[in-house]
Amino acid sequence: MELKRTPLYEAHLRCGGKMVEFGGFEMPVQYKAGVIREHMAVRTACGLFDVSHMGEVILRGTDAVKSLNHLLTNDYTVMEDGQARYSPMCNEEGGTVDDLIVYRQGENRYFVVVNASNREKDVAWIKAHVCGETEVEDVSDEYGQIALQGPLAERILRKLTAEGNIPRKNYTALWDRSVGGVNCIVSRTGYTGSDGFELYTPAGDTEKLWDLLLEAGAEDGLIPCGLGARDTLRLEAGMPLYGHELSDTISPLTAGLGFFVKMGKEDFIGKAAMEAAGTPAQCRVGLKAVGRGIMREHQDVYAGGRLIGHTTSGTHCPYIGYPAAMAIIDRECGAVGTAVQVDVRGRMVDAEVVKLPFYRK
Amino acid sequence: MNFPKELKYSRTHEWVRFLEDGTAYIGITDYAQDQLGDLVFVNLPSAGDTLRAGESFADVESVKAVSDVNAPVSGTVKEVNEALADAPEKMNEAPYDAWFVLAEDVTDTDGLMTAEEYEAFIAEEG
Repeated sequence: MELKRTPLYEAHLRCGGKMVEFGGFEMPVQYKAGVIREHMAVRTACGLFDVSHMGEVILRGTDAVKSLNHLLTNDYTVMEDGQARYSPMCNEEGGTVDDLIVYRQGENRYFVVVNASNREKDVAWIKAHVCGETEVEDVSDEYGQIALQGPLAERILRKLTAEGNIPRKNYTALWDRSVGGVNCIVSRTGYTGSDGFELYTPAGDTEKLWDLLLEAGAEDGLIPCGLGARDTLRLEAGMPLYGHELSDTISPLTAGLGFFVKMGKEDFIGKAAMEAAGTPAQCRVGLKAVGRGIMREHQDVYAGGRLIGHTTSGTHCPYIGYPAAMAIIDRECGAVGTAVQVDVRGRMVDAEVVKLPFYRK
Repeated sequence: MNFPKELKYSRTHEWVRFLEDGTAYIGITDYAQDQLGDLVFVNLPSAGDTLRAGESFADVESVKAVSDVNAPVSGTVKEVNEALADAPEKMNEAPYDAWFVLAEDVTDTDGLMTAEEYEAFIAEEG
């Protein structure tokens, strides 16, 4: 399969990006600074990410809300324009098709952001399950997306736009705003656990916006960051990644996302299966290495010599400064403080169950 | 990138520093550390372990991945650089000071390259 390129492909090469395949795209895994410095920039100053590979889908029509409430586990009944709301999207068995963010753009019009690797599957699933008057349009190719993340993100953005164009509250967005002369949706969201913004812009203007931001942020320590840092940052922040903590067979309840599953809602895809299954036998936990060794994904987790589950993501986390992992294990072993062992390529590494997230701003 | 003339190099990107008494220090090259990225962990062998040229004797981990480190020569581990385990970033900062092991009874040195040969080799491989 031929790899796709985002509108920022040339910019990545100019910035010294090391390109790899991800979700069908050629993406930078890191730039010259390296994963650790990129990670630290986001925690202490600011980092710039190309997230144009994410998919964008518009749902519109008089039954759009009804469709969202049927398709997604979260409740979209009461929502203001510009508000953003996260949700898992489940299959009939209660497994997860994807996790996504829905923005209310206006009455009967919603802007949905999905994972790159699930884009085609999601669009087909959404089209097959919307109800009544709901039109579904995949607009992914029309948009570029840049994430500006870190404690100095607002200060940097402010150099390119008026204060009124900066959303005050987390998980809100402003439509049709000019950032350095580029038309953007300015959203106060992110996938790093630090403050920051995601800017959606016409594909053709993305490179201009990228260059403007890098220039405006240079004096504040803004550097481009790749997928490597994006992954270590989201892990430190305890955020699930589809294909790791969530999948077609992992329910959002197992993944600890019960807050986003509104069982009180009339009906939604997967509700019956989740009700029938009751409390899942396993749960997602954070693991902190006590012994020496770096836990990675797909490693067996033991307690008292018994296999209790496996890791779903793991690495050395630069800001908190220790190796950390997320794992899906038997619920009775999920209490904070439980001692476990992780089979790290044949060597047992001692770890303990800790509260998620590992990092909170 | 830096490839000191007094060292010998392997095709799997390890360096060897031969001492006058026939023992040799072993580490990873500047090219290797650059390709691997920020290193955060090293798993070292123990004194007395056997080294077999071309076979893994240690592993290093970046935030992204685990990579084997192969023995560039055969021999026996005489001494292990335990300090490296506490400061894995030294492999990035000063790869030729960051030795993994000191080997004795060293054999199988035929495949090693000079600095010039190694530089030509990575230019071709890159």
